[in-house]
Amino acid sequence: MMKLLDITKETCPMTFVKVKLALARMDEGQELEVILNAGEPLENVPRSCEEQGYEVMSIEDCGDDKHRIIIKK
Amino acid sequence: MAEQKKDVTIVCFSGDFDKILAAFTMATGAAATNRKVTMFFTFWGLNVLKKKQGRAWLGQGVMAKVFNFLMGGRKNLPLSRLNFGGISPSLMTGMMKKHNVATLPELIEAAHALGIRLLACEMALHILELERDDLIEEVADVVGVATFLNESENGHIIFV
Repeated sequence: MMKLLDITKETCPMTFVKVKLALARMDEGQELEVILNAGEPLENVPRSCEEQGYEVMSIEDCGDDKHRIIIKK
Repeated sequence: MAEQKKDVTIVCFSGDFDKILAAFTMATGAAATNRKVTMFFTFWGLNVLKKKQGRAWLGQGVMAKVFNFLMGGRKNLPLSRLNFGGISPSLMTGMMKKHNVATLPELIEAAHALGIRLLACEMALHILELERDDLIEEVADVVGVATFLNESENGHIIFV
């Protein structure tokens, strides 16, 4: 089952921190759905996940400045 | 392929609430974006690591006890400006919560969860007559300046 993490109400640095900790607690192959705001979270969260070797499966604009990304561990 | 990033070491000399907040924000941000982070606490910064979060007569001698009492713990960190007799950190924490910004206890917890190494300065502990047991369990080690420099040899050093 895909895990969901909404970081639209979080501010730096907890945006990155919550994603990193959520991924750390997941098993290999599991997917994480993250809802985040445009701007710094959208620019840096996917990049930071890829740097750790995780796969960013999709980035989707949900409107209202929010985006949904799917990350595979 | 993961890019090799420079390690980050933050020297927390100040025990000011706002400066410590900045240090933990940088530290957790750096760790969450895949950097190895070490925080080295010395002098006033040690107040953050004391197990007793309020004022306590720690140490053996009279001078050490008085200094430790006056320096206080994590709950007594003053704002570097506009401290208003110590009330400002609580006011600031209230404003941070209102705006969904992580508070100091939350950042310290995140730092631990992210595996940030918290080091305490041996010399400053000695002056203040503090023991390892007076510090929180999250402290990885008590080290001297040589160890600290060795560990941060190839990384950024930020002094707060």
